Amino acid sequence: MKLNERSVAHYATCDSPADHTGFLRKRVERHHHHGHHHHATSYQRRWFVLKGNLLFYFEERDSREPVGLVVLEGCTVELCEAAEEFAFAIRFDDAGARAYVLVADGQAAMEAWVKALSRASFDYMRLVVRELEKQLEEACKSLAACRKSPQRSCSSGRRRHLSNPALLPLQEKPPILENGYSTWGGGDDSLGVACPERDGGHAKPPPLPPRRRSAASGTAGSPAMPESPVPPETACFSKLHSWYGQEIATLRREWQERQKRGHP
Amino acid sequence: EQKSDRRQSCLLPVVAPPGADGAALLPPSTPVFFAVLKKRLVKLVVNFLFYFRTDEAEPIGALLLEHCRITKEEENVFSISFIEEPERKYCFECDSEEQCQEWIEALKRASYEFMRRSLIFYRNEIQKITGKDPLEQYGISEEARFQLGTRKQ
Repeated sequence: MKLNERSVAHYATCDSPADHTGFLRKRVERHHHHGHHHHATSYQRRWFVLKGNLLFYFEERDSREPVGLVVLEGCTVELCEAAEEFAFAIRFDDAGARAYVLVADGQAAMEAWVKALSRASFDYMRLVVRELEKQLEEACKSLAACRKSPQRSCSSGRRRHLSNPALLPLQEKPPILENGYSTWGGGDDSLGVACPERDGGHAKPPPLPPRRRSAASGTAGSPAMPESPVPPETACFSKLHSWYGQEIATLRREWQERQKRGHP
Repeated sequence: EQKSDRRQSCLLPVVAPPGADGAALLPPSTPVFFAVLKKRLVKLVVNFLFYFRTDEAEPIGALLLEHCRITKEEENVFSISFIEEPERKYCFECDSEEQCQEWIEALKRASYEFMRRSLIFYRNEIQKITGKDPLEQYGISEEARFQLGTRKQ
């Protein structure tokens, strides 16, 4: 399977904000050989970096490229009953996908990781963004209404905002910075999206989406989830996970063998 | 919205024998210089663009869409390039100019980084108008990744 792994490695190691980092011990998943049922469980200490919906792990903290990648879509994060203390697992809706069992250094670290990973999915972020988009539209509308009838007191109670010229740019459409590309020059500026013209929804905030249990039968009864998960695509990700790990392992073995043979 | 199950012709920077997948758009006798136009099923799933041979369930490849640039090329064609190798372009030919524009718009908004910055922007604007932080209800207002004006950690 092809992947733009140079871009992936670059994204993993560049200075864009990481949402969480730290050492974790990762359980080694061994293949079950025929007739061989018992094997010792072992763990490898890895440096983990969470960026958005991507969990990278590196052999060392200063490694230049990740040895693994987990796409946090269609998964649940839960504490698990392992022999190890402070263990948690990332499990996927896709039945064929392997789970990742991770062990933190302590209670606080484990809780921080579980919390960060639970909020890492693209869907969660999209939900929050859409909600804020609606809220901004509502706020713009209230503002416009206040401006039309200045005698009426505005719900915001802050008259200073009504005449603040800084709010005028909301009517314009500043350029959209796509996909993080435009900040390569180092400039930092706000994303430009005007108040949407279309109908807004209610300003009622939805609850945090519950962890999805079963992708196939739809969500576990949360009315706030506007979309159902996409089960077929999670199979794509589990293929990507297993491919990525194997590919890197193969490349490293080849490199190490060349080293032994004295090649530069 | 997510675009899925759209058939796209994909010009990949790889040389392959014509007709290998049964769906090449050039006749076999055409000399191949750089690449063959191959028909692929292209699916945008969150911040990944997967591509499949037509009628196959498993993808043959994927592109992570972070730190990438989507560029309109010639008619019906757009390209994706990445920061660390800007001259290398993954080109896609669509069936129509309209479809091309739809894909460009969808892909430009496909990254997690784009969503993160949208969120920071909306949060900032809402706070300016209402004086309140809309992220407090989610309990995520203190997270480093959502801080206004934060670019590096």
